[in-house]
This record gives sequence, structure tokens and C-alpha cells, in this order.
Amino acid sequence: MKEKIKIQNLTASYNGKSILRNINLSVIQNEILAVIGPANSGKTSLLRCINRMCDFIPEMDVEGDILLDGVSTFAKRDSTVIRRRIGMVSPLPVGLPMSIRDNVTFAPKVAGCKDPVILEEIMEDCLKKSALWDEVKDRLDMIATKLSGGQQQRLTIARALSHFPEVLCLDEFSIAIDPVTTMRIEEILKELKKEMTIILVTNLNFQARRLSDRTAMIFEGDLLEVGATKDVFSGNTQQQKTKDYIEGLFG
Amino acid sequence: MMGKVIEEEKRQLSDYIKHYRPKQILRDRIMESIIFLGGLSAVIFTIGIFLFVIKEAWPFLSSRFSLMEFLTNIEWYPVSNVSVRYGAKALFVGTAAVTIGSMVLAIPVGIGTAIFISEFCGPKFKEVAKILIELLASIPSVVWGFIAVMVMNPFIINVLHEPVGLNVFNASIILALMSIPMIVSIGEDALRSVPDTYREAAESLGATRLEVVIRVIIPAAKNGLIAAILLGVGRAVGETMAVLMATGHSVAIPDSIFSPVRTLTATVAAEMGEAPKGSEHYQTLFTIGLSLLLITFSINFISDILLRKSWKRK
Repeated sequence: MKEKIKIQNLTASYNGKSILRNINLSVIQNEILAVIGPANSGKTSLLRCINRMCDFIPEMDVEGDILLDGVSTFAKRDSTVIRRRIGMVSPLPVGLPMSIRDNVTFAPKVAGCKDPVILEEIMEDCLKKSALWDEVKDRLDMIATKLSGGQQQRLTIARALSHFPEVLCLDEFSIAIDPVTTMRIEEILKELKKEMTIILVTNLNFQARRLSDRTAMIFEGDLLEVGATKDVFSGNTQQQKTKDYIEGLFG
Repeated sequence: MMGKVIEEEKRQLSDYIKHYRPKQILRDRIMESIIFLGGLSAVIFTIGIFLFVIKEAWPFLSSRFSLMEFLTNIEWYPVSNVSVRYGAKALFVGTAAVTIGSMVLAIPVGIGTAIFISEFCGPKFKEVAKILIELLASIPSVVWGFIAVMVMNPFIINVLHEPVGLNVFNASIILALMSIPMIVSIGEDALRSVPDTYREAAESLGATRLEVVIRVIIPAAKNGLIAAILLGVGRAVGETMAVLMATGHSVAIPDSIFSPVRTLTATVAAEMGEAPKGSEHYQTLFTIGLSLLLITFSINFISDILLRKSWKRK
């Protein structure tokens, strides 16, 4: 049981408004950790802190630390090295304004890979993993922003896999994808678990239940509890609030 | 009691929403036609200016005008008593020289500044820089002319040891300084309109800020950046007062960047006052005006084609 990510006393505020309070949470290697909780609880902010995207927002103040393989990520000056080890899928599809091929090979290219054969292999592999290959294999040079929303979302997943991340963060990956494709991607995530650690932020409690090994409940910036998913979803929660949320009494 | 009032209000509101309102439809029609007239006026003015310039130049164009002489002869003697010659080649070359010279300076500096302000600098510096650049844009062109004559001129003579201080080099620098604020301001708008989600997505893939700018932001903002450059070119081609003062205003093909030249615009501005209305000289000046119109139109036209091509390829 190796701790892949260890979040220590993480506190974050946005324009002085507290959004995360004293979060202590470990993510174990090769597990899927689901993060659930109602809207505005700080789930997305937590992911932003993990891949240092919080640097991007000048209004955001972050304290505490996040360790990746036992090494502080906040202490590193060069955030690109950390981001290359962490794949991130945002809730809304973002096809970068370049061809489909360039979208998927962007990360390997900026990481220094120049061999066209390898790039092509990475691209095909990632597009297959994100269940998009069959739909786009004949038009890889088309500009990605012309794809449908759901296709762009799968492209985002392919892109997040393209730099072989050790940790994959998925933020509501399925809101723009139809249920059938969502199930296909969920199957793939179960496979990917063998290679990487996955953090899954989701509003779909069923999805958390189907996929994850452990579930963390965040409510209004506080981490209420973390537990084995089967315990949390069978009513064995430490907090009444978690139980109420899962049963749909609020949220 | 309260409940009843709210019910009544709701009913009125839903009646209001469902009710057919001819007044509103009329208002929409009127607004639509005003907007249509606004759009139409742009077309009318453009065509009108063209027609006016052609009409004033027509007697010359249809009689003595020879395209060969106009474009290939360097002898510009519009008021000679012995034999008038209307060779505008040197004027075209002069305009081209100062435009190219200024753009060589202004495009890299202007686009570079726009990228720096939009992507790299902090919010405080950004605010100050934008105010300063807008201030630079508001300096009247005759003031730039003063700078050309009083600052650049002695600088070129004393420091660079050139015999003439008013020349292509001088005018290029002045024109570049005049076009840079425009290129920066419009270029920065174009870069800012690229959604932040692109920046975030590209950065979360492990790209550095510079890689994000080169591979994502610039391609995404390409159309706006080209528009910024073309407006800069337009400004350089059309600028009159400052180049009149900075070029030396001598009709000659330049053999180095330190040769004085004369531009199309400066010729019109300088000679218009002495040309009696309706005279052949007056008509040739309108022919020059027509050439300037054609130059700017073809620049716009070519850029349109370029932009459309780049869309189709995608």
C-alpha cells in the first residue's frame, strides 16, 4: 500500500473566501479514489491544487503541501515537470485549436519526443483507450474544435493519457458523454488502474460506487470522511451528512 | 392574503407574456431597418469615395494618362513649362520603402509587445503598459514629424554620420513608432480573446508558458494578429504628415536606407494647395489618390483570401 499522493493540511482560499480547509488525504497507488460532494464544495479546487493549476489563478491562496511519491510538489519551482506526471481531464470539453493528431501528440512533443513513429503509436493507443479511435481514424488532420462535444471530451481524455501520467485526475469526465460511451470509458479506467492512480471527481454517486475503491466526501471545503467505497455506499458512514448525501436527502 | 396577491401578480405576468403585442413587433421592425441603413451606409460611402476619386481623376485618366509612364517613369514634373511629365515610379517606390522599412521594425516589436502584455507580464505592469501604449497612439502625427526633424535628423547626421538626416531610415522609425501602438492594442485584444480553457488545457499537459503561446495561443489568435498587422500596414501606407516631414521629400529612387524619398501621400498633401481645381495637375493628384485606394484595397483583399485559405485547409 504505497501512498502515491499525500495531501497535507491543504488550505485554499479564493479572494479571501475559504474554499478548502485543512485537507489531509492520501491516495494509494493503483487505486481509484472517488471524490464526491455537492456543488461548490471544493472538489475541482482540490484537483487544481494537485496538478499545480492553482498557480494559474492569481486570486487563489494555497497553504499546506501535496507530496507526490513522498516529494513535495509545492516546493518545486518548475510546475511543468509535475504536470507531466499528472493527467487532467476538465469537466467541459476543450479541443485545442489544432488537428486531432496534434492534440494527442502535443504533450509528448513538448516533453521532447520527436520520433514520428512513436508519436503515431502513442496517438493511436490513446485514442483507442478513450474510445474515440473508430470515429476519427479517417480524419486525424481535421481541426479538433469541429468535433462534437462528447467527442472532444473523449479527445481530452486521450490527451490526458498521452504523456503516460502516473496519476490521472478526472473532473466530471462524463457530463458531456452519452451513457453507453461512459460505460466503455469506465471499463477502460478499470484497466488503466493497473498502470496508474486515478482520482475521480464525480457528481454521479452511482459512478463512484461502480468504479472506485475508496470514496472521499467533501462538504463546503471540509473533508468529511474517506472510506472504502463498499462501506460508504452501504450506509456504513462515519458522518450522518455523507449518508444523507448519498441517499439523496440533500445536494 | 399575501398568497392571493402573489397569485394575482403571477396571472398578470403570464397574461403579459402570452399576449400578442403589435407595438413590440413594430418596434423590432423599426430597429431592424435602422440597423440595416447603418450597414448600407458603409457600402454607400465606400463606393461613393471610389466614384468621387475616379470622377475627379477621369479627364486625365481618359486623355493624357499613360499607365506605362505613370508606373515606370521617375520624372515627376507636374508643373513644368516645357514639358510636363507624370512619372510616379519614385513615389510608389518611396511609399513601398518606408512601409516595408517601418513594418520590419513594427511587426516583431508590436506583436512581441502584445504577446508580452497579454501572456507574460503581471497585472499591474499590464495596466500601466496599456495606458502608456494608448497614450503613444494618441500623439498627433505632426508631433511625430517634429521628432523626426528635431531629434532623429540630428541624430542620424551626428551619430551615424550620414549626409542627410531626413530619409527612409528616419521615416521608417517614425512610422514604426506610430504603428506599434495600433498593432499592440489590436494584437493584445486578439490574444486576450483566446479562451483561458486553452491555456489551462495546454499547461496541464506539461507545456511551458512559451510553448503554450507558440503552439496554442498564436495559432488560435492568428486572424486577429493578421488584422493587427494589416492595420499597421494601412497606417504606414496612409500616413501623410509625419512622412512628409521625415522623408526629405525628394523625388528619387533610394539606393540605401539613408536616401531621401517622397511618398504618394506626401505628394498629394504638398501639391494639392498649388494645383488649381480641375487642372491637369489636380487630376494627376487624384490619380495618385486612386492608386492609394487601390493599394489599400488590394492589401485587404489579399489578406481576406489568405485568411479564407487557412480556414479551408482546416
